[in-house]
Amino acid sequence: MNGHPQAAAAFNRDEAHVDWHDTALWAVRQKRDTMAGTVRNWESLRSLGSQIKAHTLSNLGQYLEQFEKNALQNGVKVHWAADAREHNRIVCEILKQHKVGKLVKSKSMLTEECGLNPYLEAQGIEVTDTDLGERIVQLAKEHPSHIVMPAIHKKREEIDLLFQEHLGTRRSGGDALYLTREARKHLRQRFLQADAALTGVNFAIAETGGFVVCTNEGNADMGVHATPLHIACMGIEKIIPAQEHLGVFLRLLARSATGQPITTYSSHFRAPAPGQEIHIVIVDNGRSNQLGRPEFRNSLHCIRCGACINTCPVYRRSGGHSYGYTIPGPIGSILAPGKDLHRHASLPFASTLCGSCHDVCPVKIDIHKQLFRWRQVIVREEGADFFKTLAMKATAFVFARPGLFAFGGKVGRLLLKITPRFLVYSRLNSWGKQRELPAPPGQSFTEWYKRERG
Amino acid sequence: MRIALFIPCYINQFYPQVGIATLQLLEKLGQDVFYPHDQTCCGQPLANSGFEGDAVRTYDLFVRNFQDYDYIVAPSGSCVYHVRHHFDIIPQSAEVSHVREKTFELCDFLVNILKIDKIEARFPHKVGLHQSCHGLRGLRLGQSSELMGPGHASVVRQLLAGVEGLELVELTRADECCGFGGTFAVAEEAVSVKMGTDRLSDHLKNGAEVITATDMSCLMHLEGLVRRRNLPLQIKHVAEILNSKNKVSI
Repeated sequence: MNGHPQAAAAFNRDEAHVDWHDTALWAVRQKRDTMAGTVRNWESLRSLGSQIKAHTLSNLGQYLEQFEKNALQNGVKVHWAADAREHNRIVCEILKQHKVGKLVKSKSMLTEECGLNPYLEAQGIEVTDTDLGERIVQLAKEHPSHIVMPAIHKKREEIDLLFQEHLGTRRSGGDALYLTREARKHLRQRFLQADAALTGVNFAIAETGGFVVCTNEGNADMGVHATPLHIACMGIEKIIPAQEHLGVFLRLLARSATGQPITTYSSHFRAPAPGQEIHIVIVDNGRSNQLGRPEFRNSLHCIRCGACINTCPVYRRSGGHSYGYTIPGPIGSILAPGKDLHRHASLPFASTLCGSCHDVCPVKIDIHKQLFRWRQVIVREEGADFFKTLAMKATAFVFARPGLFAFGGKVGRLLLKITPRFLVYSRLNSWGKQRELPAPPGQSFTEWYKRERG
Repeated sequence: MRIALFIPCYINQFYPQVGIATLQLLEKLGQDVFYPHDQTCCGQPLANSGFEGDAVRTYDLFVRNFQDYDYIVAPSGSCVYHVRHHFDIIPQSAEVSHVREKTFELCDFLVNILKIDKIEARFPHKVGLHQSCHGLRGLRLGQSSELMGPGHASVVRQLLAGVEGLELVELTRADECCGFGGTFAVAEEAVSVKMGTDRLSDHLKNGAEVITATDMSCLMHLEGLVRRRNLPLQIKHVAEILNSKNKVSI
């Protein structure tokens, strides 16, 4: 089966690269710790964020309708998409109606999830991702490996080569300042030539019909202000009840994501400027299914900060692409099975259940518990491979029988002692590839106890 | 007060000295300790692999073995976490609830139930404490590095700090996972080994001679790496350190 373990093993063939990736992301985790530590009552803020999200999800229909009503009153056009296909069709139709040939996009994991770029390109529309990281992966014909830092898997030197090829830059040996300036020049041209801008949505406010887009590069604003048409795409879970709740989430988001007190730009959109149009596409694409699963519904609390990804010791050592899903890391591993259980069956097992993701999560998603629960669902509905099933059934049989457990232990220890090393450490012994097995003692604790204490 | 000793399956089979140290330590502290002979396992290896349904009979056996004691004490945070949090799929009889509530990790039991703040022991070595995740974040034996604000100090650290001659080394990453993770260690061998070697480097870099933890499972993984790579590190379960006498040679 082609899953996370195979991709992660491939990633680990270059240990120096793994160390570099791990160090880069751990630094972000440390910045998060420092910045979260400056907020008095950070833990209360997390609780508040979690509670607001739980309340919103319990009244989701009502808040979505309230949002729609207010947005319409503001002169915004609202569209509803049940799935990715409908979302892509709606966006394409709006663009066609406005005869858009060139579209600039700010970061949106939703459009990534829906596969919007290839869809539009097939319709002859030129799409430019304007978030620097996303532009880099777009030029490299890759997918983001992280939801906040899409090109975190790429070294400066690789970007240097990529820019030489696509932007005609000179060889700079990975000079970050030079490369950023060249990217800026390149993207400014794209903004000026664009006919329309598409953005994601970080928070949509039911009370006002307005929405907020957070970026560090100002690219959402550049696109929106340079073009007459703004399309904003949002998942149904992006809604918050009222303006006053925004403060809670804006304080949590950037601190958790990158260790900044706030994103450089928190852009508020409410009504179109004269001569402009704003369209909002509200997308379900499997979210209401997840809402209907009591054990997994709070995964919809997610505000896409990426803190669980940065802290995850497995993600840092396996890279975002190893997950094979738009959202990698712990949060992706509990969202992906809800989309396609069969395809993503290895993801809930790509964790030691260490729980760091839960403790770092600004909206307290119990990710480690959901990983455990998804494992049960996967074995129940998808089964496991033959050997694993056999081993587990046999183990269960032994664990329920104390006499057999004692006997099996004795035989096992003896076999381990007398079997030649080359057989014990055969290719089938995955544990023993790089690790020694414990040295088998002469007696078990139970044997010792019976002998000593009766 | 009747205390039952719960010795996790792999400790029973591979690390009897850890069980012996736990028993001796509790007895030294004047406790009446019993060992139900028919115990096997808490069922965690099955459940964490997705075979929770097959673990039910193991859960039932566990409850039968331990229901008649006031407390159940184990030298493991992970197995205790499993009993407390994952025995929720069997009918919650009075016996099941009792067993779930009264099963304790050793250090937690010493500090929070017996109210002991200092153990008379001597262990003159530089020790690195590996904070096993299920004890730390599952049982909250200490405050994890992700959480902010004043938290309670680790009960494990507190007990180790009282051991004569023992010097705790500070790690660069205070509580990163070692990569054991049960079947994860085998299914995700590459990442598991990398996580383990990174932990070992942290301990070595900061001058640890001995690595200890509440959980022998993490230590089994780390020990396997230490032995294969011939690293200058000793592995001791926290019970062994707390039970060490005046003259200790390791």
